[in-house]
Amino acid sequence: MTATPEPAQNLIDRDRLNDVNLANQDGHNSFIDQGFTWLVQGFAMSVVIVLGWMSWVIFRQAQPAIEKFGFGFLWTQNWDINELTFGALPYIYGTLVSSAIALIIALPIGLAVAVVTSERFLPPWIRSPIAFVVELIAAIPSVIIGLWGIFVLIPFLQPVQQWLFQHLSWIPIFNSEPAGPSMLIAGIILAIMILPTIAAISREVLIAIPKELRTASASLGATQWETIFRVLLPSAISGILGAAMLGLGRALGETMAVTMVIGNSDQISTSLLNPGNTIPALLANQFAEASDGLHIGALMYLALILFALTLIVNMLAIVLVKFLKPGEA
Amino acid sequence: MKETSITQELYRPLSPARTAFSRGMTTIAFLLSGLALLPLLAILFEILRQGIPNLKWEVLTSLPAPVGMEGLPSGFANAIVGTVIMVGIASLISIPVGVLTAIYLAEFSKGSPIAHLIRFVVTVLSGVPSIVVGVFAYAVVVLTFKGFSAFAGGFALSVIMLPIVILATEEALKLVPTSLRLASSALGASRFQTVFRVTIATALPGITTGVLLAVARAAGETAPLLFTALFSQNWFEGLTSPTASLSVLIYNYASSAYAEQNTLAWTASLILVGIVLLVNVASRIVTSNRFKIR
Amino acid sequence: MQFSFHDSATDPSSPTASGMTPALRVKDLAFYYGSQKAIESVSMDIYQGQVTAIIGPSGCGKSTFLKALNRISELEGTVRVEGQVEFFGQNIYSRQVNLNRLRRQIGMVFQKPNPFPISIYDNVAYGVRVYSRPSRSSLDETVESALKSAALWSEVKDNLNKSALGLSGGQQQRLCIARALAVKPKILLMDEPCSALDPIATMKIEELIDHLRQELTIAIVTHNMQQASRVSQYTAFFSTDESRIGQLIEFGSTAQIFMEASQPRTRDYVEGRFG
Repeated sequence: MTATPEPAQNLIDRDRLNDVNLANQDGHNSFIDQGFTWLVQGFAMSVVIVLGWMSWVIFRQAQPAIEKFGFGFLWTQNWDINELTFGALPYIYGTLVSSAIALIIALPIGLAVAVVTSERFLPPWIRSPIAFVVELIAAIPSVIIGLWGIFVLIPFLQPVQQWLFQHLSWIPIFNSEPAGPSMLIAGIILAIMILPTIAAISREVLIAIPKELRTASASLGATQWETIFRVLLPSAISGILGAAMLGLGRALGETMAVTMVIGNSDQISTSLLNPGNTIPALLANQFAEASDGLHIGALMYLALILFALTLIVNMLAIVLVKFLKPGEA
Repeated sequence: MKETSITQELYRPLSPARTAFSRGMTTIAFLLSGLALLPLLAILFEILRQGIPNLKWEVLTSLPAPVGMEGLPSGFANAIVGTVIMVGIASLISIPVGVLTAIYLAEFSKGSPIAHLIRFVVTVLSGVPSIVVGVFAYAVVVLTFKGFSAFAGGFALSVIMLPIVILATEEALKLVPTSLRLASSALGASRFQTVFRVTIATALPGITTGVLLAVARAAGETAPLLFTALFSQNWFEGLTSPTASLSVLIYNYASSAYAEQNTLAWTASLILVGIVLLVNVASRIVTSNRFKIR
Repeated sequence: MQFSFHDSATDPSSPTASGMTPALRVKDLAFYYGSQKAIESVSMDIYQGQVTAIIGPSGCGKSTFLKALNRISELEGTVRVEGQVEFFGQNIYSRQVNLNRLRRQIGMVFQKPNPFPISIYDNVAYGVRVYSRPSRSSLDETVESALKSAALWSEVKDNLNKSALGLSGGQQQRLCIARALAVKPKILLMDEPCSALDPIATMKIEELIDHLRQELTIAIVTHNMQQASRVSQYTAFFSTDESRIGQLIEFGSTAQIFMEASQPRTRDYVEGRFG
């Protein structure tokens, strides 16, 4: 632009015309933009491809075992590498039982943490540091928790296991002499590991509940705990269930810490004081040495079962947490 | 008189049952919360107690000494190198793919059904057990190339990192105020220019934090490496050879019958946990500062 | 501006009329949120069986004042209070006061309807159930009479087990009133109860307030001066100056405040010249 005013007809010179030619400018930009859009979209689709590829590869590798053993694989319990007969029951059983123990322990503790760090029990400046420290457990590598389990937790809990056996052995779940590693210890280790998930998500759900509901309840003369039990927890129930499901999903697939403390026994036992085994633990123990096609196939079949199990649990969790927001009960 | 009964009402304590319920629940909640803090403190304490005495320079620079050889310097330098290389491979794959995917989700998708699908898949992928990712990498790389390798380990770790990078980057991008994007567009910038010059530049601290968290997570992963990279007592021999890693070293030496290997496992844990906690606490500080500015 | 006054035989000519019992007597009240002083030197009475309106420009501390009367403000952060608030002669800020009992006696209805995400019946029964385990029949009775008092019964009696969130905004607000009434408070505090409602719903609530006066004492914060003149017998005018600390400028019968206010600021405000 020049400072001197120009004659009117000179305003429509070539340069200026180009400058206001929207189509030209737009055409150039949209070329880059279009390409860029395609690029990011392509990369985004890669995630879907990875998940699909993973499912297909594992399914295909499991094919020999699926053909040989069929669904019977799920409820037979002989795992013999020399005879090449494989049954998944002890591992499915161990996975479910250890995860159930974990959930039973971690859910009340996680909820307690969520309540203490979201409601008005402590001054605000100390609530989130506590929540952060609890969540920090999730950052510690599983193998290190397993190491701690072997050298600290098992010796520490062995007297407790002994006591349970001596005094409560009439209950079937405590009717065996504990030797250290056990299903119970694995459940406790898992509880420690899924606690952050349950606490963090329940806390978020509780914080998301409108403040007005708390005030309304207080103005009717309810105490804080009455408000928590009668208003907050019912409003947050779907989110809390979702948190429990996510925790369960994590427990089902957790590998290292469990492998290190469960004792790796292929016997199904009702006693929680006996060693057991889980699908991830068996995969961790045998995959590196597996060479026979059918053995690899059976392990792949196990991986497929675990994959399907966690997929279902996680999808349920996502639906519960995301789509049923608090206050829409 | 009616008024006196009203005023006495204010001073009347709650019924014993309600008082007991309140006090009891508060006690239980605080006891359980204390219990929740206990494992972390116990783990950190034990790692420091067992790990620090053996934290010497030679541990970081030498190979593991053969069992029973007294007096030889023993360490896990090869595992450190292996972890760095495999996490590096994983980062090279997952960071570009993850960041671009997040850009798509945050900037281009406009709530389309494809975006919903992708976001769902990302969340599902983040919940896939790491051992299953290991099985996938085993099937894709180890079986195809007939051998355990650093590349197989890096590939497995990249699948672990990918959803973490995507979710963290998308969060960081979402925090960028829409007004900045509009301002950039109003100045005639194309979408491409807006995304790179404005949005990503603004969200960079958040993206970096998310990427670092993903790196820390990958560095501690064991299950995906057990039967992809396997382990090695030697120095790194190339991308196609079995490779040591800190996490697998901890696993192998944890159940060893030799006390000196147990000690090495604790020292390796100290280093790994040190890195992981440093990244987590630092990212916490970065994010909370960002919230204060806003 | 035109104001229509509620004509009632009990309308006193002056606030100090004999025979009026103060349900709440506020003595030199100052209120702090953290270290920030929100209101200072407020002294006034809220008479039993009367509706007292609290008006004033936004930010004048009228809502803060109301929330100080049943100590609900203590849920919103660290607060500090100087002076006294006496409920039938007893200081509610005394140490021995049980907060839950206090709030049961002095109920509250909020700006935004805040029903619990449970059924209509359970909402009304909530406060009763917290305190006792009534039989089903007596609970039914309480719920019905509370809903009738709140003029909501005929609209919801066939849908008592439906979620309260399905009601319209006006119905939700009347449900919140019914919920407050069910625990039989002596005083009902209303914090701009109509600000989120349409004119017809507002009219219903105003009619309701007038009926409720026979059963209990009401204090209502409102930014709507016509509403204050329509529903109240007494009016307190709050305002603030550069210090941003709310103060009581004038208190008197509603007729007096709206027709012959002694303070020029009150006159300016009710005549719509500022605020």
